[in-house]
Amino acid sequence: MSEPVSALGGASFHGFATIREIGPLGMITLRAKGVKALDKAVKAVTDTKLPAPRRIEINGEKACGWMSPDEYLLIVPYAEVSATLASLAKSLAGEHHLAVDVSDARAIFRVEGDKAADVLRKLSPVDFEMLQPGELRRTRAAQVAAAMWAQDAGFTVVCFRSVAGYVMGLLTHSAQPGSEL
Amino acid sequence: MLILECPYCGVKAEETELSPGYEAHLKRFGPGASPEEFEAYMFARKNPKGVHFERWRHTYGCGKWFLAARCTATLEVFGTYPAQVSEPPADIIAKIQARRPGWQPDGKVTK
Ligand SMILES: [Zn+2]
Repeated sequence: MSEPVSALGGASFHGFATIREIGPLGMITLRAKGVKALDKAVKAVTDTKLPAPRRIEINGEKACGWMSPDEYLLIVPYAEVSATLASLAKSLAGEHHLAVDVSDARAIFRVEGDKAADVLRKLSPVDFEMLQPGELRRTRAAQVAAAMWAQDAGFTVVCFRSVAGYVMGLLTHSAQPGSEL
Repeated sequence: MLILECPYCGVKAEETELSPGYEAHLKRFGPGASPEEFEAYMFARKNPKGVHFERWRHTYGCGKWFLAARCTATLEVFGTYPAQVSEPPADIIAKIQARRPGWQPDGKVTK
């Protein structure tokens, strides 16, 4: 059995905010709309309610985020992905849905510190003053797609694994000491 | 800078989070149409100075296509609405007429 590795092997940078590449996390894309059993199916795997539009429900290591009117992002420990997919397949059997393991297609970063928002402000066209607790914002980080939310005195940023190096470079550059906003 | 509110997720998306889809409410002409109709469907596009309806995609967000009514001369945005319609909804037309008295949905202006 090969060991799962995150995109950048846990790279980190200490500037005016701390950047840490974390993971690997188990991530599942769940697409479904108007499916009756959906809230129960999600509750069974993340023990959260189905998030309202643009929200993320976090429960310890697990979470369910609203990505679009017919798409959710499930986060679970990496080792629990297969069991989670099996549970979803069982609860949603016969319902029109798609659940797929995207854990290895993603990279996850933590941006932490008092001025963590300043790091992201330079990269995304988002009004961070208006970002609510528990709000999942899909946007771009410079030239690539990213999703971000505030969590535990900082932000979690998710991007595609193929651009992990680019995003680490962006975050590192943006967090250079002396470049606070 | 153009800011359009995505009607699916409610994000006030800045233009760089969106992809343009050009003119909205095109009527499709396919098999059985005359060459002239098909050519017009494929290539003829309105280019008004004033009220215009466009398709936009919330590319860096929820990924959905939506429609927007805006003024090409002033960049004023009258409203955005879901794409599952074949013509501008009444509330959007009312919003446009409130700002452009006499404007009619076919693009003509009555006095
Ligand atoms: Zn949207």
